[in-house]
Amino acid sequence: MRKRGYFGIFGGQFVPELLMPALLELEQAYEKYINDVQFKRELSYLFKNYAGRPTPIYYAKNFTRIAGGARILLKREDLNHTGSHKLNNCLGQALLAKNMGKKRIIAETGAGQHGVATATACALLGLECHVYMGKEDTIRQELNVFRMKMLGTEVIPVESGTQTLKDAINEAMRDWVTTVKTTHYIIGSVVGPHPFPIMVRNFQSIIGQEALQQLPEYGIDIPDYIIACVGGGSNAMGIFHPFVDTKARLIGVEAGGRGANVGDHSSSLGRGEQGVFHGKRSYFLQNEYGQISPAHSIAAGLDYPGVGPEHAYYKETGRAQYVSITDEEAIYAYKKLAREEGIIPALESAHALAYALKLAPTIPESQTILINLSGRGDKDIITTKIN
Amino acid sequence: MNRLNTHFNNLKNKNEKALILYITAGDPNINTTFEIMKALAENGADCIELGIPFSDPMADGPVIQRASTRALKNDVNVDLIFSIVKRFREHFQTPMVLMGYFNTILRYGMEAFVDTFKKAGGDGLIIADLPYEEGEDFENICKTRDVSLIYLISPEMGSERTRNILSVTDGFVYCISHYGTTGGESKTENLDGIIDSIKSMTDLPVAVGFGISTLQQARNAGRIADGIIIGSWLIKELEKTNDKPKVASQFTKTLKQAIS
Repeated sequence: MRKRGYFGIFGGQFVPELLMPALLELEQAYEKYINDVQFKRELSYLFKNYAGRPTPIYYAKNFTRIAGGARILLKREDLNHTGSHKLNNCLGQALLAKNMGKKRIIAETGAGQHGVATATACALLGLECHVYMGKEDTIRQELNVFRMKMLGTEVIPVESGTQTLKDAINEAMRDWVTTVKTTHYIIGSVVGPHPFPIMVRNFQSIIGQEALQQLPEYGIDIPDYIIACVGGGSNAMGIFHPFVDTKARLIGVEAGGRGANVGDHSSSLGRGEQGVFHGKRSYFLQNEYGQISPAHSIAAGLDYPGVGPEHAYYKETGRAQYVSITDEEAIYAYKKLAREEGIIPALESAHALAYALKLAPTIPESQTILINLSGRGDKDIITTKIN
Repeated sequence: MNRLNTHFNNLKNKNEKALILYITAGDPNINTTFEIMKALAENGADCIELGIPFSDPMADGPVIQRASTRALKNDVNVDLIFSIVKRFREHFQTPMVLMGYFNTILRYGMEAFVDTFKKAGGDGLIIADLPYEEGEDFENICKTRDVSLIYLISPEMGSERTRNILSVTDGFVYCISHYGTTGGESKTENLDGIIDSIKSMTDLPVAVGFGISTLQQARNAGRIADGIIIGSWLIKELEKTNDKPKVASQFTKTLKQAIS
């Protein structure tokens, strides 16, 4: 057996030959540093004193009341520095890249949250940073483009294909095959070739690990349900993974967009088929000849026609359940949380909130739903105003 | 022994270099592609590499991306590509290789894909995103059907990895001349040394590709390697003209002469 990095039949390393040495180097460096005392100390210092972790768990009493059923708790990743969970992974990978002697960082971004987090980690650690972003996304998430530039990062608008996240990844890959000796590619989700899905999941697992510590404050050890939105799936994997061996029911919420037609949604697990793309075997939106279909979501961070291989595995084994929420339902939940709790959530996270609004009334008040509120929604004000 | 193996053996015996030419299937439409293939074969191409257009060609540079986009606008698909391979094979014995991305093959069904391709008269496959690590299953499927699975080899030398790849690759060795996407600028130092070193490890013919875009580069690569692979440069020339078969003929003649 030559292949590595699988979750059941999903995962692997489907990349151009030129990238293989870099993946092997990364795998070795990751295994070395993840157990290195100095590295761990530095990362946990940054999590605590730079990013502001642990992020709290908040009992959303008003939101619970309007949902009308189970108690709803929010894991406040929106309070993490830069406004989303993305920084957890970026601090980890940037620190790793620095230890590996890489001087140049590239990244892709959809909503811009990962781009901003990468730009932030690079500013902090003195690394040169270039972020690829679909042209359509640079327009609908303009605020984040300004933030990245302010942080000293070059933002490269991608005009090929659908001009969204998948095309930004294509362009970042093309950059990487050319510059692989000096450059590290900080992939922003639990996608891409091995070791990225495992590495990103492990850096994000701080979310679920903290939750395990914090839940006793609310009189429970394990919540009955955990809900998170799924694009590539990093915030979901971050909160799910530490609970995999518990009785908590795990629910990933994909973007249902405008409807079930091709090009109208981003439900790779719900409506996609198995395939190989962007370095991994997983589920993808594709046509009968294996051409990747365009995705859609009002939330740029979910607008991707694929999903992390570990989610594909959880779907196959039934460990997690995957559902979808439409653009309209997400906007409704976005506005509700703002009005009821004074928290403006990211449109991505609003998908998880919207599903909780459906689920909560169907289960007893004695049960608890933990939602990963993965990011804050300042970036989405214009989008929600238009819609 | 398929056509690739026998043709390269013949070239070796005659002390000739191989000219391997890439075009994207269906660019700008499937009939023109067939006319271009004819022109390449009639003027001395030793192998035709037909690119399967893919929605997200992440290993390709701008020229082949454009070609892919043009082809997909005309709804070119694998079945149509098999049909022109078959049509071509009725008239010519030039070895035929398809180059594409793995999802196309997986979606078609690995066995079904290789069976249909073989039956149409195909000889080899190059898959941009199927490295040695992931190739084991598909390798066996190809082997039992006498279709050459051609792996790419990077300029990084002296590694165990190179030996591993050489032990399973078939048809010819596809040596990437530099780090980058297809059609990028070729600037690898010590290419001669790299090719020499690969040749010392294998009996297979060694061909060099990625970024050959001048006659001088073609001559240099042809001097040391057993063959050269040209794609983006040819597509760029074809983009400039309406008489594509004519330009393809001239291009093939000129290049074949340059490396002889």
